[in-house]
Amino acid sequence: MRNSDEAWARAGSQEVAVIGAGICGTWTALMLSEAGVPVALHERDGPDLMGSTSRWAGGMLAPGCESDGAEPVVIRLGRRSIDLWRRHLPETALLGSLVVSHPRDRGDLDRFARQTSGHRQVGESEIAELEPALAGRFRTGLFFPDEGHVEPRAVLPALHAELQRRGVPIRFGAAVDPAAAAGPLVDCRGLSARADLPELRGVKGETALVATDEVTLRRPVRLMHPRWPLYVVPRPGGRFLIGASTIESEDVSGVSVRSALELLTAAYTLHPAFGEARILELGTALRPAYPDHAPRIAVSGSKISVNGLYRHGFLLAPALGEVVANYVASGLRDNEVMRWS
Amino acid sequence: MQLYGQEVASRLLVGTALYPSPAVMEAAIRASGAGIVTVSVRREAAGGRAGDAFWRIIQGLGVKVLPNTAGCRTVKEAVATAELARELFGTPWIKLEVVGDDETLQPDVVGLVEAAGILLRDGFEVFPYTTEDLTVAQRLVEAGCRVVMPWASPIGSGQGITNRAALRTLRQRLPEVTLIVDAGLGAPSHAADAMELGYDGVLLNTAVAKADDPVAMARAFALAVEAGRVGHEAGLMPARDFATPSTPVVGTPFWHAAG
Repeated sequence: MRNSDEAWARAGSQEVAVIGAGICGTWTALMLSEAGVPVALHERDGPDLMGSTSRWAGGMLAPGCESDGAEPVVIRLGRRSIDLWRRHLPETALLGSLVVSHPRDRGDLDRFARQTSGHRQVGESEIAELEPALAGRFRTGLFFPDEGHVEPRAVLPALHAELQRRGVPIRFGAAVDPAAAAGPLVDCRGLSARADLPELRGVKGETALVATDEVTLRRPVRLMHPRWPLYVVPRPGGRFLIGASTIESEDVSGVSVRSALELLTAAYTLHPAFGEARILELGTALRPAYPDHAPRIAVSGSKISVNGLYRHGFLLAPALGEVVANYVASGLRDNEVMRWS
Repeated sequence: MQLYGQEVASRLLVGTALYPSPAVMEAAIRASGAGIVTVSVRREAAGGRAGDAFWRIIQGLGVKVLPNTAGCRTVKEAVATAELARELFGTPWIKLEVVGDDETLQPDVVGLVEAAGILLRDGFEVFPYTTEDLTVAQRLVEAGCRVVMPWASPIGSGQGITNRAALRTLRQRLPEVTLIVDAGLGAPSHAADAMELGYDGVLLNTAVAKADDPVAMARAFALAVEAGRVGHEAGLMPARDFATPSTPVVGTPFWHAAG
């Protein structure tokens, strides 16, 4: 631990290389820059991040909804992240999340209510007030008022622009091997770092992007599903992201018919007008996960690895970036997420 | 408990799906004391090599693996999945599920008997997931099954034993067969109930994986299985529909005894 502290103290005003411009690396670079640390962001992909898990994310900021199974650290960092999203992107939609169930999954909804926090029960009239499109369709639900959502494909470029305004160079098309790099660095490569992180594994997630003008939702709506957390997340331009499956597999050959059926049926159950929506994309990506599904910041000499954000990339990235920046700039430690070797 | 000639210490078998994380799953399985876990071939290990990381976690548990054909709807599909499982997991054991009804996930018992026959002839050691029907269980035994796994109630329903008389009959009529209650157990008392009926073991997943505290619930089920088994071995008193005092009434005053 002391060696690492000294290594970072010696790094002094040296430029810190952040590897990976997905949501984790982007926020880490931003928080380091704000803490006065000179930083450059390296990304193997182009600016569209076609190979990045972040591109396919739902962009949910829902620490309450995630508290049904996630470790407490996820909830704590998630709540902190919402403050950071609000401060950096004041237009972030913080309209809460709504959770409903098919009448036959009512038991699952009751269990979900018991296992999560930060919500209140809502009846038919309040559901109609929150989401007029769902009026008369669901008699009971849960409303999590302190949650939000972002559009990954809009906020990533916005955050990259913010970095560039701050004078942080972003080098797209620049794959960096952390093992070969000499200077201080923060490795935010997600699953690509697996060769260095034997406990990390990929968990397959599948999504569908659809478009329709016939339904308007203001906030993410979660539908109870026996195996997956399933959301319909509104996106600008009459688009909706339906996600996501959670499958113990590292196969990225495509979305299975069965998963597509389940995703599309969920939207149709929410509102029959989704039956006439157009399918724009079926996407699949691997979430980087540690066995406890909690994130880790591993410090080894002058190299830091931030990984294991699992299903919570957009929820955790700002707070994790802040923890890294606090350590690099001031030596502060967060023992709940940091590990030394 | 004997499973195709192998002696297994724990009478509790647990599934590996639906846990909040592999770390919680591992802690729960350890707390359950289970010596056997079931793994869904199609859902969790899709393609085998692709699910490597999860499979390594399962292997790290140091328990026996019972692969299952969950989600298969036809004999052909179930047989193909069993063959894939044997190749992936290197075991002749297969928990055979042939789903007959999407609503209740009720086993297709006709397809089940047919698939069991095919697999047994091919050298598999089949653990068929079936209903409480005696004649179906007899057909499975005639086909060569030495383990039969009737449901308590539909998968994931948590209703406990809904047809007690039939499960009792099954136990009485198939004394030589290893009988494991599979599916529908929601509370530890349901597991104890099955064990008190003389069943050799119970298999469950959702009740533990989706509990508020899966690790504590796993321990609760372990205790219940042990309590039920010991109770069965100790010989349960027969139920009566009148009171029998446990203290002799001779010597108590007449007006108390008569009350």
